[in-house]
Amino acid sequence: MSIRIDHISKSYGKVNALDDISIQVHQGELFGLIGPDGAGKTTLFRILTTLLLPDQGSASVAGYDIIADFKAIRKQVGYMPGRFSLYQDLTVEENLRFFATIFGTTIAENYDLIRDIYVQIEPFKNRRAGKLSGGMKQKLALSCALIHKPKVLFLDEPTTGVDPVSRKEFWEMLKRLQDKGITILVSTPYMDEAALCDRIALIQDGRILEIDTPKAIVEHYPKPIFDVGAHNTYLLIEKLNAYAHKHSVFPFGEYIHYTDQRDGFDPLELRAYLKKEGLQNIHIERTKATIEDTFMELAKQ
Amino acid sequence: MKEETVIKVEGLTKVFGDFIAVNNINFHVRKGEIFGFLGANGAGKTTAMKMLIGISAPSSGSANVAGFDVYTQTESIKKSIGYMSQKFALYDDLTVKENIRFFGGIYGLSKNNISLKSNLLIEELGLEKVVHSLVGSLPLGWKQKIAFSVSLLHDPKIVFLDEPTGGVDPITRRQFWEMIYKAANNGTTIFVTTHYMDEAEYCDRVSIMVDGTIEALDTPKNLKAHFGSDSMNDVFLKLART
Repeated sequence: MSIRIDHISKSYGKVNALDDISIQVHQGELFGLIGPDGAGKTTLFRILTTLLLPDQGSASVAGYDIIADFKAIRKQVGYMPGRFSLYQDLTVEENLRFFATIFGTTIAENYDLIRDIYVQIEPFKNRRAGKLSGGMKQKLALSCALIHKPKVLFLDEPTTGVDPVSRKEFWEMLKRLQDKGITILVSTPYMDEAALCDRIALIQDGRILEIDTPKAIVEHYPKPIFDVGAHNTYLLIEKLNAYAHKHSVFPFGEYIHYTDQRDGFDPLELRAYLKKEGLQNIHIERTKATIEDTFMELAKQ
Repeated sequence: MKEETVIKVEGLTKVFGDFIAVNNINFHVRKGEIFGFLGANGAGKTTAMKMLIGISAPSSGSANVAGFDVYTQTESIKKSIGYMSQKFALYDDLTVKENIRFFGGIYGLSKNNISLKSNLLIEELGLEKVVHSLVGSLPLGWKQKIAFSVSLLHDPKIVFLDEPTGGVDPITRRQFWEMIYKAANNGTTIFVTTHYMDEAEYCDRVSIMVDGTIEALDTPKNLKAHFGSDSMNDVFLKLART
C-alpha cells in the first residue's frame, strides 16, 4: 500500500474540512480526488505531505507514518501545490537546480525522469519563473516536484484554470510517470479528468461520497437518464423543473439530463407534456450516466 | 424583425512590442445572445476582452460596445456593462449587504434603488441568513452567484463573464448557468469565457481563438457538424492543438 489514510478528521474552528476520511492507494496507482473548491482536497494533501497535523486518525505514505516519520516522508514524496510556489525571481534552471540540491541530488542524475516535461521549457531555462505563461509554470512545477525521484507524487489541482489542450497534455504526462512506477494522488474539479484515473474518490464538504473505478462509479448510477432537448433551452429547463414527476434536471452540454421519480417512466408522456407547454423540436433519448451525474446525485443526498 | 447588434468588432488588433496578442478579429454579438469566447491560455482572450470593456486601447481596428466607441467613449461603456471574473468578483472583507451597497453606489444607483434591488437580490438567491456575513466566509459557488447578480444591479446591456465558474461544484455551476439563461431571456447580452467545454454548448454562438485570431465562430451545433465532432471538447482540441 502506497498511501493509507485511516479515519482522518480535521477542522478549522467550526468548519469540518475533513470528516472521517479513509482511502487506500495502491503502489503505482493513479488515484484521483474529485471534488469542487472547498471539498477538503488541499487539507488532505497538506496532511499527507506532513505540513499539517490531523485532529484525528492516522495515515502513512510510502510505508512511513505521517507524524512519527515525517522527515522520511519529505524525502520520498513530490508535492505540487495548487498555488504556484516556485521562486518567481529565480530562472527556470535555477529553480530546478535549487530543488535538486536541497534533496541532495543533481539535475543530471534524474534527468531521465523529467526529460519529457522539461524539454518543453528548456528553451526558456534562463527566463525568470515569474515571467512564464501558466502552462510553462505548471511544467516547471512538475519538473521540480520530480527532480528527487519521489515514490509518491501529490498534485493539488494541477489543471485548474488550464485550457482543455494543455490539460490533455498534462494527463498524458501523468500516464507516462505512472508507467515509471510512481504512485500519483491528483485532485481536480474537472469531472471529465476523473475518467483518466485508475480509481477515484468523489469528495464534497469534507466527506467521501464514493470510492471506486470511474467505470464502476457510473455503473452505480441508480436511474435511467434521458437526454432532453428543445428549441428553447431556458424554457425547457423551466418546464422540466415544473414537471410533477421529475427527480433531477441538469443541463449537460447540448441536452438536459432528466431523471424521473417513477420506475415505469414513459418518455412519450414527457414529450406530450412538453408539447402542451409550447416546446418545439423536442428530442428525448436514453443516455448513459457520466461521473458528473453520479457526483451530483450523491451530493444531493 | 431587425436584430439589434450590441457588440460590433472590426479588425480589432492589439500589439505589445513585436508580439501580436490580438490579430485582426471580427465579430458581431446580438442583443440577448449568450456569446461564448473560447481559446487556449495565452490565445488573446483576456486582451481582447480588456479592449471591449474599455480598459485597454486597441492598436488598430474598431469596436463598438453597447453603442459606444472603444477609443473615445470608454467611460460610457463602463456604465453600460457588467463584469465579473473568477479572480475579481466581490470584496471578501465586506458583508454581502455591504458589497451590494458598494457596487450599487459605484454604478450610480440611488439610495432607494439600491435598497430595492438589494432586497430583491437577497430574496431571489435566498440569502436572508447570510446578508451580514463576510463574503470571504461563503462557499465559492455562492460568491459567484452573488457576484453575477451584483454585476446586473445597474441593468447593464451586456455582462462580461471571465471564467465565472472555475472550481465551482457541478450543481452550483448549473444553477449559475440557469441565472445566465434567465438574464439572457430578459434581454441582457452575455459575453462569457470558460474552460468547461460542456458550458460552451450552453452558448448560442461560440468563437474559438487560436494565437490571436478567431479560428471558428458559429453555433455549437454547426461547429460540431463542421468538424465532424460529437462534443465541443473535441472541436476545441482539433482547432487549438496545432
